Amino acid sequence: MSDEDAATNREAVNPEAVNPPDGGADAVVLTGAEIVCECLLHEGVDIVFGYPGGAILPTYDALTKYPQLHHVLTRHEQGASHMADGYARATGKVGVAMATSGPGATNLVTGIATAMMDSSPIVCITGQVPTGAIGSDAFQETDVTGITLPITKHNYLVTSIDELPEVMREAFHIARTGRPGPVLVDIPKDVQIQEAEFVYPTEPIQLAGYSPPKTARARQVAAALELIRKSKRPIILAGHGISMAGANEELAQLAEKAQIPIALTLLGKGAISEQHPLCLGMMGMHGGAEVNHAIQQADLLIALGMRFDDRVTGNLATYARDSRKIHVDIDPSEINKNVTVDVGIVGDLGEVLRQLLDRVERRPNEAWFDRIAEWRADSELREIVRPAEAPQHPAVPEGKLLGAQVIRDLFEFTAGGAITVTDVGQHQMWEAQYYQHERPHSLITSGGLGTMGFGLPAAIGAKMSRPDQEVWAIVGDGGFQMTMMELATAVQERVNVHIAIINNGFLGMVRQWQEFFYEERYNQTPMVNPDFCKLAEAYGIPTVRVTERGQIEEAVKASRAQTAGPTLIDFVVEKEEIVFPMVPAGADLDDMIRRPTPAEFERQQRERAAAAEVTEAETTELEAPAAAAALGSRFGV
Amino acid sequence: MAKHILAALVENRPGVLARVANLFRRRSFNIDSLSVGRTQRDEMSRMTIVMESDSAEADRLVKNLYKLVDVVHVDHLHSQPSVVREMALVKVRATSDNRREVIQLCDIFRARIIDVSAESLVVEITGEEEKLENFTELVRPFGIVEMVRTGMIALGRGGHTLKDEGFKPNRSRAAARSNVL
Repeated sequence: MSDEDAATNREAVNPEAVNPPDGGADAVVLTGAEIVCECLLHEGVDIVFGYPGGAILPTYDALTKYPQLHHVLTRHEQGASHMADGYARATGKVGVAMATSGPGATNLVTGIATAMMDSSPIVCITGQVPTGAIGSDAFQETDVTGITLPITKHNYLVTSIDELPEVMREAFHIARTGRPGPVLVDIPKDVQIQEAEFVYPTEPIQLAGYSPPKTARARQVAAALELIRKSKRPIILAGHGISMAGANEELAQLAEKAQIPIALTLLGKGAISEQHPLCLGMMGMHGGAEVNHAIQQADLLIALGMRFDDRVTGNLATYARDSRKIHVDIDPSEINKNVTVDVGIVGDLGEVLRQLLDRVERRPNEAWFDRIAEWRADSELREIVRPAEAPQHPAVPEGKLLGAQVIRDLFEFTAGGAITVTDVGQHQMWEAQYYQHERPHSLITSGGLGTMGFGLPAAIGAKMSRPDQEVWAIVGDGGFQMTMMELATAVQERVNVHIAIINNGFLGMVRQWQEFFYEERYNQTPMVNPDFCKLAEAYGIPTVRVTERGQIEEAVKASRAQTAGPTLIDFVVEKEEIVFPMVPAGADLDDMIRRPTPAEFERQQRERAAAAEVTEAETTELEAPAAAAALGSRFGV
Repeated sequence: MAKHILAALVENRPGVLARVANLFRRRSFNIDSLSVGRTQRDEMSRMTIVMESDSAEADRLVKNLYKLVDVVHVDHLHSQPSVVREMALVKVRATSDNRREVIQLCDIFRARIIDVSAESLVVEITGEEEKLENFTELVRPFGIVEMVRTGMIALGRGGHTLKDEGFKPNRSRAAARSNVL
């Protein structure tokens, strides 16, 4: 974060703070716990998500003196770290989670790993047993700095109250600058209790081993411009880094000026409006077929703030084989990590894109757009979600509600304007396919770690950081049950988050893999669920159950009409719906399992019927693979 | 595949060694040796890391080391003139029958005998890896009772130094700093 941002954050500091933010010589004596609170105020923190316990009690006691710091009591520490993450992703501000030592700290771990994988800036403050007891296996002692070593950007065990103010300041600085990420500060109980003179440090933070890169070298910029100028079939791959760097406008300008289509990663959604004519949509395992074809056929990839995750590349050996590659990222270790590139540029995306924009030139190539349009036309033939009045794809079962339809209608009835927070699984991919985002930070989802249980708590955090925005938690019935205890948090805090459960009674994505790759052995994927409406009603949450497409509009309207506290809609959807297209793990990116076109589907149906007749008449068994081919239409939905 | 020697200046803070070691494990780097010790500045330690790998892998390690906040500077000594040394202590079986032979070998290798007992000698030998290996091969027939090696340490020749300017230790943090990694 730049100094300007730090200044804006400081405006949030309460003037009642003991020390004015601009320093001042008048030091006061405070406890370690109070110093923690002071530092949080100086960082512009307004909400802390957490759960009290023995080793963090001094800090919880100090919080009573700082009403400006609103504490949200979660029902599980995992919820606290996800809420801090959701809070951070919705605003770019640092989210704060707090927990006690031992189990409190270990419960944060999943949320910290989630934030690490998706570069989300959070600071976790954990209590620790007193310094004298560290290492003695004391009650509720755990080596949380050791545990979180590989899943934090940095972490601290504070061993003296004297270093506390600086550690706190460094923690926030490291969390929010460069490639953002989680930072954990572990504070022993005696350090929280000790007293010391407190003067908020005002000198610039000095970290010899930490200086986020800014601008690109002129030579690299020139090399990138040359590749762009010569390219006939270029494509931009836009990732999470665009919105994190606030480089959305620069991205649009670059694409427009050089007439280059843009493909998005899952976390890249929102980097540019999906209504933009140059935006192709999502790439990767469940990305648009036309997008994956375009990447494979491109002669230049311009990867911006993305990290060539295996879910977007498929088989690396055949990935975009005929293309030159430019990769811009703020993290040098991402360059040449998975994909070897021709030009690797390390820097802040906003800065680098402005450097490129100054001199970028390229002759547009209509033929390239025509090819992409052909691929898209083919995709549209296979499309399953169509307006109610249009002729439907024959694979759509009569009278069944599809998860994909629910998401598309939710998009329509929220006018595409909501912040959506998803869990992980099929519903997450449908969200990515059918909810088109226009603004940055409007899709919050666990992309890297794929954390089931993320959705509800992250949505609560997002809504609390952006109370002015409509927030929908789109979750599956599986992931929802991993963190549904946070319904109580939403009620207690009166958080107006709209929960949409895409309920198919299955761990749907796992079931899909079992159908495709494990010969339909649905082991441990069917779920016996509670009545989600009754469950929510027990918390006093208004609910609706939707079983037909015609009911969606009214249910969404009713939900949106509630402006205080959470609401819940239980969408009971088709059990065996498939997310198409799909690149099987490790397959070539353009080797996708596709939904059949209507003509293909009807032919398959006829073949299936014929095969069934043959089997009946002659009671001879077809060879297993042939039978599977004949029955391929099972995958029609 | 080649031998790569990396030198890293790190802040002398608790846990730095664990962070570096964790990085090797976490990203599957195969390390031949790692040696750590203090430098002329109290607040800094220097690590010498030796790995057998291709240069892309070494490059990946350099970048990942830089991601650690406590790592101030990393240099690839492979790519510049440098002096490299390693020390070994070797306890060689030597009785009155063959002690002279062992001592002769030590003389040739300019190794020092630092302990003598009725059954064995402890030899201190310093040099490049190859010298140490040649020596141990030659004394092996006498019987090596036990031995220990420091791992390589290296410095760039002449003007090649690891940058540490611009690094100022923080007073309150220095107070809390431990001497040990």
